[in-house]
Amino acid sequence: MVEAQPQTDGQQIQQTPPVYEIERLSKTYARNNLVALTDVNLRIHQREFVSIIGSSGCGKSTLLKIMAGLLPPTTGSVMLEGRPVLGPRPDIGMMFQQATLLPWKTTIENIVLPIEIREGRSAAKAAYTRAKELLELVGLKDFANVYPGELSGGMAQRASICRMLVADPAMLLLDEPFSALDELTRDFMNMELQRICLERGATAFLVTHSLDEAVILSDRILVMKPRPGRIVEDVKIGLPRPRNLEMINTPEFGQIVAHIRGLLGQEAYQ
Amino acid sequence: MTTTTNISTKDTVWEEHEALIDRVPRWLAMTLLFVIVVGIWDLVTRMGWVSVIILPTPAETLKDLFFVGNNLISGKYMLDALWTTTLTVFYGFAIATGIGFSLGVLVGETKFGERAVMPYLVAIDTMPKVAFAPLFIAWLGFDIGSKVALAAFIATFPIVVATAAGLYAATENERMLFKAMGATRMQTLLRLKLPTGLPYIFTGLKIAAVGVMAGAITGEFLGGGKGFGALIRQAASQLNTPRVFSLILYLSLLGLALYFTVVWAQRRFVFWQKVDQKGGVV
Repeated sequence: MVEAQPQTDGQQIQQTPPVYEIERLSKTYARNNLVALTDVNLRIHQREFVSIIGSSGCGKSTLLKIMAGLLPPTTGSVMLEGRPVLGPRPDIGMMFQQATLLPWKTTIENIVLPIEIREGRSAAKAAYTRAKELLELVGLKDFANVYPGELSGGMAQRASICRMLVADPAMLLLDEPFSALDELTRDFMNMELQRICLERGATAFLVTHSLDEAVILSDRILVMKPRPGRIVEDVKIGLPRPRNLEMINTPEFGQIVAHIRGLLGQEAYQ
Repeated sequence: MTTTTNISTKDTVWEEHEALIDRVPRWLAMTLLFVIVVGIWDLVTRMGWVSVIILPTPAETLKDLFFVGNNLISGKYMLDALWTTTLTVFYGFAIATGIGFSLGVLVGETKFGERAVMPYLVAIDTMPKVAFAPLFIAWLGFDIGSKVALAAFIATFPIVVATAAGLYAATENERMLFKAMGATRMQTLLRLKLPTGLPYIFTGLKIAAVGVMAGAITGEFLGGGKGFGALIRQAASQLNTPRVFSLILYLSLLGLALYFTVVWAQRRFVFWQKVDQKGGVV
């Protein structure tokens, strides 16, 4: 196992009831009888940052879609804050690979879009104050009335962080959010994401391909293997917070990465 | 070494050449081409290489342009004819837009439309639509109605196809975003799919704007009546080629007006998309 120490307040976290809880989840696609997920058990506590890593097609996207209420599970229970997830919910915030901002809406109009869709235009207008606070949080306050065509890739993703946070969700689901950005921007955005999550005490679940990204951001990393998709190990990352990019060069960091790479590597040769 | 020198010389020359063309303003290049074409035209007719019955001289054409222009300005019979054609084009375009858009939404948004309606539309679209002209005349008579019908019939299909394609244009992630926000089907259609598809729809409208002109004039050729097409046919039958030329020129102004109205609307409503002067997407 990894020598990484459990997080200092790790014990405390375990005592609170989980925000998100999945038990004996499985997913079989009826169309081609493909078992995408089998016996997935998962608990995410408040303020925890959990990542899932695995090769392409291991079922992590399927898991994320089920968690977001976009896809029904075949068996098992999926609970967010004690209530089963039966469809899309306002207390779930999502972020995608692309910023997916609507080009005909200004940055601030894009940010309040979830509220506009759920509660109408006047509620969206009322949320402008909140949206402006969020823009300030991500360092975009001068860009509220600009159209997305004028934003850089990193700025667009920061705006989509605001859109994810605007309804104050209990759970953040991040689907490889910075994988379309260049490496320098991605490193910077990861640190920004950490800062925002710490500042807001957010509970987050990240799907990623990048080992470094997963280790630098997470309290725990779930390692997934394909055919059928299952979680093979729950790796606790004991690096102190706040993390910084220099930690990537520490032997501790290297050990964790090597351990996870070892777990994933066996699969690659099978 | 020698090779290297040659390549660098070539590069320099090539760059200067390009810079020269870039420095010529567009209006000058257009005027230059115009002068060349009219010059050759004048030479060919002046030397008697082509009979003036087949190709009138530029001078004759210009004279007739003034005559037709004068007739139009003073509100004589040609203005009535132009008005008739304008109305035909306008009604044809409006009907094509209405039907084309509705069918496009049906095809692009519903499984029934995609599976049941689309195959028939494709089948009809592959037919030479002008061949339907006699039917429209039989059904609607020699009045403006049959011309409007033919014009609308030709212009509908590009709008259907463009609208349906536009509704498919939203990305998987954008659809997922709307689904995750709990958007209804109607909300997804109105706030995501339609705005995303607008550039496609406008491309369809531009193709339709060209088609509706062709349809209206063909209708007037085949069905007579009071339009500009009838005037052109009449002039041609009298071997009055200068008249045919000038009528076509004035008619093209109508086509340009319609086309650039669509381009203007596109710039106005799809403001986030950069559109160049010709209406092409940059």
